Amino acid sequence: MVTASDNALFGAAQDIPAGASLAYNRVPSGWTAPNDSPAPGNSDEVLVAVRNLSFARGERHIFDGIDMDIRRGKITAIMGPSGTGKTTLLRLIGGQLRPTAGSVAVDGQVVHTLRLGELYELRKRMGMLFQSGALLTDIDVFENVAFPLREHTRLPESMIRTLVLMKLQAVGLRGASRLMPSELSGGMARRVALARAIALDPMMIMYDEPFTGQDPISMGVLVQLIRQLNDALGLTSIVVSHDVHETAAIADYIYLVSAGRVVGQGTPAELADSDSAWVRQFMQGLPDGPVAFHYPAADYAQDLLKAR
Amino acid sequence: MNVFIRLGETTLAMLQKLGRSHLFLLHVLSGVPGILLRPRLLSAQVFSLGVLSILIIAVSGLFVGMVLGLQGFNVLSDFGAEESLGVMVAASLVRELGPVVTALLFAGRAGSALTAEIGLMKATEQLSGMEMMAVDPIKRIVTPRFLGGLIAMPLLAALFSMVGVMGGFFVGVGLLGVDDGAFWTAMHTHIDFWDDIINGVIKSLVFGVVVTWIAVFEGYDALPTSEGVGRATTRSVVFSAFAVLGCDFVLTALMFGDA
Ligand SMILES: Nc1ncnc2c1ncn2[C@@H]1O[C@H](COP(=O)(O)OP(=O)(O)OP(=O)(O)O)[C@@H](O)[C@H]1O
Ligand SMILES: [Mg+2]
Repeated sequence: MVTASDNALFGAAQDIPAGASLAYNRVPSGWTAPNDSPAPGNSDEVLVAVRNLSFARGERHIFDGIDMDIRRGKITAIMGPSGTGKTTLLRLIGGQLRPTAGSVAVDGQVVHTLRLGELYELRKRMGMLFQSGALLTDIDVFENVAFPLREHTRLPESMIRTLVLMKLQAVGLRGASRLMPSELSGGMARRVALARAIALDPMMIMYDEPFTGQDPISMGVLVQLIRQLNDALGLTSIVVSHDVHETAAIADYIYLVSAGRVVGQGTPAELADSDSAWVRQFMQGLPDGPVAFHYPAADYAQDLLKAR
Repeated sequence: MNVFIRLGETTLAMLQKLGRSHLFLLHVLSGVPGILLRPRLLSAQVFSLGVLSILIIAVSGLFVGMVLGLQGFNVLSDFGAEESLGVMVAASLVRELGPVVTALLFAGRAGSALTAEIGLMKATEQLSGMEMMAVDPIKRIVTPRFLGGLIAMPLLAALFSMVGVMGGFFVGVGLLGVDDGAFWTAMHTHIDFWDDIINGVIKSLVFGVVVTWIAVFEGYDALPTSEGVGRATTRSVVFSAFAVLGCDFVLTALMFGDA
């Protein structure tokens, strides 16, 4: 079994004994990260505590005992090559998938031990921006943003209208409020999804690749917006992204994930100076290095020859 | 040996799916109180499943009724019993053809659309997105569709039977010269409210449950890809047809078996 202590990059994590994952499975809700948690700082500052998390899809191990701390009021970025399981990690945090071992605790509640009602209460306080936008296609932009308000509040129509227009104004799409999702471009759809994710003023937002498909202007606006939302509303943000520059520009702390492990972490400045070959390769986008560009496969020449 | 392994795996997969579909139904039903408090969600579904199916049901009912009129007249006139044409047409429609053909048409027209709609919502992460917004997609999306199908089916079956009787009347009385009064009087005296009409309504309610259940479950259980949704839609129509015909036999045996 792989334990957190195998991870050399993880200083204080060695304090967590092997097999701790089993114990964490049973901790009652109300549990908070122990004081010797990997990241420095007070445990009250940690909103999401990922402990020795493992997850497998069938035979494929996607995570092998990772630990992370997402701190309150900060923007934490999770970066890593395509297909390492960044989206999967967000789904584990949101309780849509169950870990095979270890735990994720959000605001002191261990997500996979919650009952459905409790989980839904917790999710009302989380916003998630899906990679695809995931807008409801049978209603227009306005109604999409109004959807969580109509489902969870009894606000009068005039109030809903004001709130929706405010959220759409924030993402620059107030003028598009009567368009259907099929009439939006990919980048616009993602901004509408962002307006929807902040409709209920959640305590945290998870952004899955917010920058893909944005032109330089809306990209800049979006980067600003994520920062402003985070600081003005006191949110906690988790940004999943490949865009090294944009992410480094706004993140307070970055986790680099690859092959089921956390391979690097630190502030953007720390990572930029890192002497780890892996971190350097990823942050500078070099084709050669410890990370393979290819999905594991048989030898290329062999494969081609076999075709004959 | 391989054959046995495959057989075993297929059987297990089928049993698992059966189990999932029942848990799914329980979940759908647990959303009923919530939906009854939001009648607008329900009426929208009754509209899209029921009202939009009216044309195909009415046209089919008319033709089936006309065929019944023709065929019935041919047989009955051999025995000099043309006056019974009204009973024959009405009884066949109310007891059998109304509920059964309506259910088959409904599976093709509305059931397949339900499966495709829910399957695509799954494939495009709309259901997932709803979960993350703390909205239960089964209760919010599936339950109103299930109830809508349940309400629409008996009404459509009634419409089918009514239009069918008109078709039979048009052919029998209008074209073939059966006596107008005899056509209706025989129908009046021989069609029983409980035995015929209520039994027919019960059948169409059962078919409503079965067809809509299969349609929404296949959509929800579909593989979230274009191909997966396509296959689910086909399965939805095929399984619905089998289920309707199978249930019809059982119900008919129970209702009319000892008469
Ligand atoms: N439904 C699924 N069934 C089986 N395997 C899956 C499923 N979804 C994802 N995977 C696998 O899990 C791995 C992680 O997927 P995930 O979507 O989390 O990657 P990601 O890091 O978000 O990648 P990207 O940056 O390209 O979005 C992938 O290698 C994929 O093959
Ligand atoms: Mg992803």
